[in-house]
Amino acid sequence: MKLFVSTYRVLAGALAACVMSVSAAGALEVERFADPSRVVVVGGSLLEIVYALDEQDRLVARDSTGVYPPEAMSLPDVGYMRALSPEGVMSVNPTAILMLEGSGPPEAVEVIRKASIPVVSVPDTFDREGILAKIRAVGHALGVDDKAAVLSAQVESDIRGAEEASAQAGSRKRVLFVLSMQGGRLLAAGSGTAADGIIRMAHAVNAVEGLAGYKQLSDEAVYEARPDAVLMMDRGGDHAASEDELFSHPAIAGTPAAQARALIRMDGAWLLGFGPRTASAVRELSARLNGVGD
Amino acid sequence: MAIAREDIGRPPAMAGEPDDAGDRSGRARTAIVLLALLLVATAVFSLASGASDASASAVLADWLSGHGGDTLSARDRIIVHDIRLPRVVLGILVGAALAVAGATMQGLFRNPLADPGIVGVSAGAGLGAISMIVLGNGLLAPVTAMAGIYALPLAAFLGGLASTMLLHQVATRRGQTSIATMLLAGIALGALAGALAGMLIYVADDRQLRDLTFWQLGSLGGSTWTKVAAAGPIIAVALATSLLLARGLNALALGEASARHLGIPVQRMKNVAIVAVAAAAGASVAVSGGIGFVGIVVPHLLRLLIGPDHRYLLPASALLGASLLLLADAVSRTIVAPAELPIGIVTAVVGAPFFLWILLRRRGIVDL
Repeated sequence: MKLFVSTYRVLAGALAACVMSVSAAGALEVERFADPSRVVVVGGSLLEIVYALDEQDRLVARDSTGVYPPEAMSLPDVGYMRALSPEGVMSVNPTAILMLEGSGPPEAVEVIRKASIPVVSVPDTFDREGILAKIRAVGHALGVDDKAAVLSAQVESDIRGAEEASAQAGSRKRVLFVLSMQGGRLLAAGSGTAADGIIRMAHAVNAVEGLAGYKQLSDEAVYEARPDAVLMMDRGGDHAASEDELFSHPAIAGTPAAQARALIRMDGAWLLGFGPRTASAVRELSARLNGVGD
Repeated sequence: MAIAREDIGRPPAMAGEPDDAGDRSGRARTAIVLLALLLVATAVFSLASGASDASASAVLADWLSGHGGDTLSARDRIIVHDIRLPRVVLGILVGAALAVAGATMQGLFRNPLADPGIVGVSAGAGLGAISMIVLGNGLLAPVTAMAGIYALPLAAFLGGLASTMLLHQVATRRGQTSIATMLLAGIALGALAGALAGMLIYVADDRQLRDLTFWQLGSLGGSTWTKVAAAGPIIAVALATSLLLARGLNALALGEASARHLGIPVQRMKNVAIVAVAAAAGASVAVSGGIGFVGIVVPHLLRLLIGPDHRYLLPASALLGASLLLLADAVSRTIVAPAELPIGIVTAVVGAPFFLWILLRRRGIVDL
């Protein structure tokens, strides 16, 4: 009987907690962890930032998007950032959770919050200011604002330098980012995507900037986009399409990119992560774009 | 010897059934008792296993002694109370609902391939869920604001219910529901819902696409007491209703006309069965996404073991469905810990080869 009574109490409590967290989801967020000694970090760029701040000794787990630096791979993996398991996250006994905005599902985050484990959700935007804001937020949450200020100043000047160098290098090439070409259909990145962000930072033009998000392109749209270069992730699996396969695609074959055989492959986490390594990604992308057609 | 009253509802033995196809009610009763014990064992096992080392026995002991629990860590308490227990309860409900809905549909349609998908639940619920995932921050933002994180299950349930009602309307003429029409219309409606879903997928961004993929794979992750409270009563009522239909379903195995002659109100039974299945399956899909194979494998396995008598088949399906889903969920929670494998993958990976094995071993007798 007791069991039922207490189950009932739990039920009522859960209902109340859920109503509260819906109405005050923002207010419950802590900005700085009281005890940042055992941190789970969710989101590849946040993981990189923690390492760049040299605070990796606090980490107890990462999510499956956290693949850099290589030594981080030895941390337990709590799964994909948008399909977290609350018990899995809690099983590593974290005192704090640092997650990129959009991590979830919301029910999992709610249960974790209920267990009094503080969660900081860091916004993710695909530009220079977004990266700097992430660094400051991570540093603040971990209580190392000074280090974060140093890192963010360094990253800022690094990125500005890379952006200026890209701008001076001149020609604004049209770049088509291809996420995959399964079954001969191109899935390309339009505006508002990480790929679009990095193309802009490299002072190039997204060949399909009229589209929003990742979209499948019709062959004619690919032809109309007239890309000077095709950009892809270098990650194997679905994303791999051989150069021959790509340039023999009827829609691509007629574009300037195919004539110059301009295919740029870069590591996905590096190219699209928007973290401390983004400046070097911008430099690399810009250099390789400028090599196109030479 | 006079025919006993309860023999009326028993289906006739079918050609090709194994030697033990005679009266299997004794065997069926034993099976139900064993299945009930199996369910208790799997529930305890599920409650005690997980990615963390939280001890369920300590928490249970704490409850039973009525302590406020200063002895336990708050973490263990929350893991057992708020993560594992609602998940076990939801697993039992969903597993039972899927298996009973499958068995009911197979009996109603007299077709071994029938599953809740046939009455349009899956198509409608899928469309509802996809709409909410893709449009939740745009067109459907007011719903999101109102229902919070429960907007998705709500949309899935309403979608399933709406499509079932539509299909039922289409297939009913002069108070008679044509099962064949419903089957065909279900295919058409499925194609239409698929096309609408395709349009939504086209406008979805990459995050939403990932969410869709995970939703379609099914998961009991994110089980909360609120979800139990929302889905539990619907599933419980639907299950109880289905169990009451057993005699009618047995009579229906003889054909609609024969069933009518036996005094079964066939049309009313069809209506009730369809609504019960839509509610059970709709609520399940809403809280757990697409979990396949339970509705097909469980009833077939049990028909081979205890025969086609729905009076035993339906409760046994509920028990075995619940146990299987709990076991599959325990695997999904622990095999890649601290991450989690979607349960739909586990049920299909285990269920599909097992089902093929049954088919190969006892070829030709997978029949109603």
